[in-house]
Amino acid sequence: MALFAFGLLAQACQNPETSTQVELKQPTLTDSLSDLSVYNLPSQWTNQNGEEMELKDLKGNVVVAVMIYTSCKAACPRLVDDMRHIEKTVKSKNKDKIKFLLVSIDPKVDTPERLKQFAIENEMDGEQWIFLRSNEEDTREFAATLAVNYKQISPIDFSHSNIISLFNAQGELVYQQEGLGVDYAPTIGAIEKEASKI
Amino acid sequence: MMWKIFRYLLLGLLSFHAAQAQDMVLIKKGSYVPLYGTADKRPVAVKAFYLDVFPVTNQDYLEFLETNKSYSKSQIKKLFADKSYLAYWKSDFDYAPAKAKAPVTNVSWYAAKKFCESKGMRLPTMDEWEYAAMSDAKTMDARTKKSYNQYILSWYETAKTYNNEVGSTFKNYWGVYDMHGLVWEWTSDFNSIFLTGESRKDKGEDGNLFCGGASVNASDLMNYAAFMRYAFRGSMKASYSSRNLGFRCARDVK
Repeated sequence: MALFAFGLLAQACQNPETSTQVELKQPTLTDSLSDLSVYNLPSQWTNQNGEEMELKDLKGNVVVAVMIYTSCKAACPRLVDDMRHIEKTVKSKNKDKIKFLLVSIDPKVDTPERLKQFAIENEMDGEQWIFLRSNEEDTREFAATLAVNYKQISPIDFSHSNIISLFNAQGELVYQQEGLGVDYAPTIGAIEKEASKI
Repeated sequence: MMWKIFRYLLLGLLSFHAAQAQDMVLIKKGSYVPLYGTADKRPVAVKAFYLDVFPVTNQDYLEFLETNKSYSKSQIKKLFADKSYLAYWKSDFDYAPAKAKAPVTNVSWYAAKKFCESKGMRLPTMDEWEYAAMSDAKTMDARTKKSYNQYILSWYETAKTYNNEVGSTFKNYWGVYDMHGLVWEWTSDFNSIFLTGESRKDKGEDGNLFCGGASVNASDLMNYAAFMRYAFRGSMKASYSSRNLGFRCARDVK
């Protein structure tokens, strides 16, 4: 028995190469994950229902995304309005595969419970509406991917870009609508076009 | 068997040495008034943190790539870096003709971030960077000193300082080298810049960054020297890289 144990130990020592093995291959996600897909980000998120997910769980859907925070009084209500308007206006036979993503830039305050409350208050409590929050670092990374700038300017206030982003079914950023009070038509056109490709 | 033990010992010793080579100094907590990025002129608190003494070098970066091959020039995903990534490197694992101890540049924000994370570190925040950088050799806040600003402005007029080795500029109050004079540096929150007018407005007024507003009225050398850094940060995207943009890492105080 002792001999057997010793043999095992010796065996473990025989394979030093595997213990110091370095990463030789790229991690393979799925074959069709494009080089430009936002689903290459490994970050973990929690939605308004307290469910954990990764961005790539959204693959196969056309995603319309905006970054906001629930205590925002100035621009965000208008961005939220834009999202609601866009959701109502978009026509597609694949409408069930169009998801509307609202990502919080204030994860400290915007807990899943808070996001759920916000969703209900703003009549956005359906399958097509996804509210997400993560940690501060992954939030910063997601914003950088969208070229959304934001900065906390007071304990309760943030400055942030007003951008609505569109990801195709592969997670590639294909269109952005910048600013408030902008004409929605091109955005809706872009969404419908991507949805028709599914 | 003895040879195997010796090999492990040697490996252990070498990696320990490599870790030591990544010198960091403690930047003590304090506060400073940022020249840009805030609507008011109130001081911003900076917690104590560790900062790399030198920017990351070509040699440092090569070592990182050897264990993170997916970040090599030919393999890195387009999401994480555009065409200019490591453009001056001869090939995936060859930084020739650049010097080993010259700062690595042409790295995207994602790549710089990954490098720091691979060492259990992170990029410094803009406030941390600015706070550590506002010193000269003797004074913690040298921003009103003519010599400090002249140094920076003459650097802006000197071509290709990225070819110089790290440590070739000056050692500041904290014992940190090359915060000015060598290359620009990434920060973790480079995308928190709002330089045009009211901070709550749309960001889509980049034209004002360079043609009007702060820069035209900045006859003050101090403001101009700093303004260039903020303007540069504001112009970057996470996947971009630039020949005169490198980085160094920071670490929380545990």
